[in-house]
Amino acid sequence: MTGGETTMRKDAGALTRAARTFRATLALTARDKRHLAVAALLFAAASLLPFSGSGYWLSLGVSIAMFTVLATSWTLFSGPTNYISLATAAFFGVGMYIVAAGLDYLPYPALIVIAAIAGALFAMIVGLATLRISGVYFVIFTLGLAELVRQIVAWAQNVMGASSGLYVLITLPDQTLYWLLLMLAAVVFLVGWLIGRSRLGFALRIIGNDEVVAVHVGINTARAKVVLFVISSTFASITGALLAPRWSYVEPSIAFSPFLTFEVVIMALLGGVHRLWGPLLGVIPFTLLWEFISAKFPAQTTLLLGVSFLLIVYVIPRGVVGLLEDLIGQRRGGSGSAGAGGTPGGLKAMLQWRKRGHA
Amino acid sequence: MSVLIVGLLLGGTYALIAMGLQLQYGVARVMNLAYGEVIVAGAFATFWFFAAAQASPFLSIIGVVPVAFAVNWAVYRVLILPLVRRAKSQGQLDVDSILATFGLSFIFIGILLTVFGGEMLTYSYLARPFVILGEPYALNRIAAFLGSAILCACLYGWLHWTRAGLSLRAVAVNPGAAALVSINVERASAMAFALGGAVSAAGGSLLSMFLTFDASVGVIFTLKALVIVILGGVSDIRGAIVASFVLGLTETFVATFIDPGLTLAAAYMLFIIILLVRPEGLFGRRSS
Repeated sequence: MTGGETTMRKDAGALTRAARTFRATLALTARDKRHLAVAALLFAAASLLPFSGSGYWLSLGVSIAMFTVLATSWTLFSGPTNYISLATAAFFGVGMYIVAAGLDYLPYPALIVIAAIAGALFAMIVGLATLRISGVYFVIFTLGLAELVRQIVAWAQNVMGASSGLYVLITLPDQTLYWLLLMLAAVVFLVGWLIGRSRLGFALRIIGNDEVVAVHVGINTARAKVVLFVISSTFASITGALLAPRWSYVEPSIAFSPFLTFEVVIMALLGGVHRLWGPLLGVIPFTLLWEFISAKFPAQTTLLLGVSFLLIVYVIPRGVVGLLEDLIGQRRGGSGSAGAGGTPGGLKAMLQWRKRGHA
Repeated sequence: MSVLIVGLLLGGTYALIAMGLQLQYGVARVMNLAYGEVIVAGAFATFWFFAAAQASPFLSIIGVVPVAFAVNWAVYRVLILPLVRRAKSQGQLDVDSILATFGLSFIFIGILLTVFGGEMLTYSYLARPFVILGEPYALNRIAAFLGSAILCACLYGWLHWTRAGLSLRAVAVNPGAAALVSINVERASAMAFALGGAVSAAGGSLLSMFLTFDASVGVIFTLKALVIVILGGVSDIRGAIVASFVLGLTETFVATFIDPGLTLAAAYMLFIIILLVRPEGLFGRRSS
């Protein structure tokens, strides 16, 4: 009797604690509300693009929205933890392929859900195999992952006697696709914002700062990393599923192209990975630059992409955000240490960010 | 039986590539994701020599090695050394060098595409059968194996019986302590990195005798070399050689009995097994 009562009281205690954490996550200061309002306004403004009537700008808008989702969700995991994931193309391709292969049997919306689940499961397997061990194994594993899945898909198609590609015979107008991607981007930002305020986000920042410390203060580092990797990869799968109708013919070499990963990483780094909205500042200029490069130098795109990547890594290691923050810091007469702005005040000392490039 | 021998021959050729990566990661401590592109560049150069002048791949190695050494030395001095100097920990050096060499790999691919185009390149050298134990094997595979064995032996001898080799091994064990006994760690690291690149280009030359290359396959070789080094234990040459044979055999088995298109899957399978069973590698020492 008493035993039962204690468990009940314990349960109730856990419940109120959970509720309190939840409310703390959602407790908004006036500043937060202002930020949310600004974000909502920006999204509303962005959603008006299809009404401009220009097909060119709309298709550019689709690219920007797509890379915003991919680069921001990449940053959710790789930003705070410093674990560079090179597998965006693998998850993107899984999503795209599920849609292409399943269209004959299931309606499109159901396939998007399946793609999300498959991406999450795949990420969980990869995460559980590699993220329990710290170090570079994770990066190495993700490096060839897209190529591995491509080989397996090509092999499976071969075995089943199918042709090497699949036709995607539904059309999704660019306008609808743009809005869908924009909604997905809003979800990514919202999730990222909530994670940043939660215990999980805090844990990730400590892991990125010093994993040994994280283990010693009692953080289940493996679980935190796997959870975030799964979230980040699921968004890539959904994006792949959404983008499938844009290609009327899907082939392993298209779906699992290594260039996608490269572009995502380059855009995120250009923008800056220590802020949620950082990648956005990389996606927009880089998509425009990419348009320019591929129009002017179609034969040298790979080379020029590589060169711009190195320039970003060496010249602006903290991205556009870092530059902006330094500028603001200088104007305010501060020491320019705005990089720690995302952490709660009293913990700045503990979370001395390893600001790349700032010795 | 024939699968076994083909696998061993392939593994022997991989051993050279693995030793090169071990020099770069084990001694210079740089995670180089552009490693496979150097292999592809070696293979392309060999193809080019062969097509232009009918030069034997073994002759072209003599030309490829110094060029690859110089290029890799320059890469280390210009790109990697600033990262080594600004890094406060090995973890940060890993992050920085991964990003830098990831970008570098695309630059290499871009250069290869510009110079050689995007086609699959292959040529026919020593494509004659050679009979071992009553069964025929391609002579070019055997020649590549022997070439790799000779180069591996030279490298091993150099590392173990010369003063310069000794200093490289000292840096591999402990860079801080190596500096205390007046070894120029930066020079030794640059040397190891450049030598690793030269070795891998030579490996590419040998592999090109029997494999087909195009500009985009570098990542596969990077991954295979990394899997071998992880399987063998990062700082153990014996481990790398054993692991090369393991990968060569596994790959040949998969290619023969399942599908030749799944060689990377074989490497990944080994990778997962190591990660789950023995993350420190076959001969590696378990860290605390």
